Amino acid sequence: MSDALLSIHVRRKTFGETLVLKDVKLQLQPGEVVSLLGPSGCGKSTLLRIAAGLDRDYSGELSSAGESVAFVFQEPRLMPWLSVARNIGFHDDGHYDQAWVRQLIEEVGLSGFAEALPKALSGGMAQRVAIARGLYSRPKVLLLDEPFSAVDAFTRMKLQDLLLDLARRHDIALLLVTHDVDEALYLSDRVLVMGHRASGIGGGIDVDLVQPRDRRDPVLAELRIQALTQLKSAHVV
Amino acid sequence: MSASENTLAKAAPAPRRASPAWRRGAKGWLLPCLIVIVLEIVVRVGWIPAYQMPAPSDVALTLVELAQGALGKHVLASVGRVLAGFVIGASLALVFAAWVGLSREAEAYLEPTFAGLRAIPSLAWVPLLLLWLGIDETSKVVLIAIGAFFPVYVNGVAAIRNIDRKLVEVGQMYGFSARRLTLRILLPAAMPGLFTGLRSGLSMAWMFLVAAELIAATKGLGYLLSDGRETSRPDIVLAAILALAVLGKLSDGVLAAVERRCVSWRDTFTGEATGNRS
Repeated sequence: MSDALLSIHVRRKTFGETLVLKDVKLQLQPGEVVSLLGPSGCGKSTLLRIAAGLDRDYSGELSSAGESVAFVFQEPRLMPWLSVARNIGFHDDGHYDQAWVRQLIEEVGLSGFAEALPKALSGGMAQRVAIARGLYSRPKVLLLDEPFSAVDAFTRMKLQDLLLDLARRHDIALLLVTHDVDEALYLSDRVLVMGHRASGIGGGIDVDLVQPRDRRDPVLAELRIQALTQLKSAHVV
Repeated sequence: MSASENTLAKAAPAPRRASPAWRRGAKGWLLPCLIVIVLEIVVRVGWIPAYQMPAPSDVALTLVELAQGALGKHVLASVGRVLAGFVIGASLALVFAAWVGLSREAEAYLEPTFAGLRAIPSLAWVPLLLLWLGIDETSKVVLIAIGAFFPVYVNGVAAIRNIDRKLVEVGQMYGFSARRLTLRILLPAAMPGLFTGLRSGLSMAWMFLVAAELIAATKGLGYLLSDGRETSRPDIVLAAILALAVLGKLSDGVLAAVERRCVSWRDTFTGEATGNRS
């Protein structure tokens, strides 16, 4: 498909002698939410870093919307010396778009914290700032590397809803790396299951449920079994 | 967002039951005052001969006497030398630290040489400096600059190399140029380490000032020290030591205040949580 926002084909990616990714293809359509689900070390984060352009040492092709791709890391990675507002507008140094930053602060639910320093924030709040920083450049694609793995279960659910809400509001496609089956199914239109090292993308699961979803939906429970079966056949669990 | 997350974060920095600043200050004065009182008694009673250890009150009198006379001249000379030496040494050190810290290539070329030079006890330069530069101001300022250089350089390189790679990656994700990366991420992130270096560099500058002035000087606090020794006046020696202590503390206090302003964002252990307060 030519209208894909992001199209990756990694023929080979190695770390030294170790082959990490082999013949992996991935496309992201506008407005789509795709999860990469797999165990640690399966190369899913590497794939994401390639998609972000952070890792250029591979053979294959990447075509992306360039400037309009943003990245949210596993940790908030805020600059500890900058206020929340300045962290969000970090891309534009001191002369950031203040109105836009104010709106983003509002949207991620941090009103009143614009001038707070990162050390005053909880883990969940810091990750909200990181998401707002990702949205600042008005991306078409947001890449997220296990963005909620460091927060507690309840905060995680809230942040998941926030993320979906923001993606819909700003018409952003999401590519998300996770090792949480429930998270992948709850968020995504497509879940791609990755097996162990270099075994590539095995199966995929299409989640044909409208958003917003109900976490208690029995269809999700069924898909969960399907996902676990795929993970099992990939010798992950 | 949750209201609870909000309120929690706002409730966290609630006013602590911290002791007032003056009480903390008073604690710091306790030990010195005690020492002075004990010394005064011991000397007055005659357990220590006054020609070896003058009573604190005599030292105070000498200090007042000096203050009305030549002390200002000596202090001015010493402060001028320390400032000149420190500014020169620290500036050069910052330049080289940035260069070596930011470039592997520069590190490969420069670091072994600096490591070698660092291994030389800096006072070993004194005879050479005297031969080359004579006994006037230049040799003193150069010696102080050498003393200030290495702590600033070593801490500067370490500060740059200790920067969290993950923060640097944020800048790379944004496609920042090397210049922008340095100004926006590397420099602020290295700030705490740079200040550690500057402060220890400054204390080294004072140390080398005394060394330089003890050897050959006609004014300055180091000169006052050796003058006191030559004329068997321990009260003058002690007065000069006191003046050095005050000046060292004052200059460090200035740097510390600048440091507090620059790195107030740091989220570090303050000793408050150990339960050893009050």
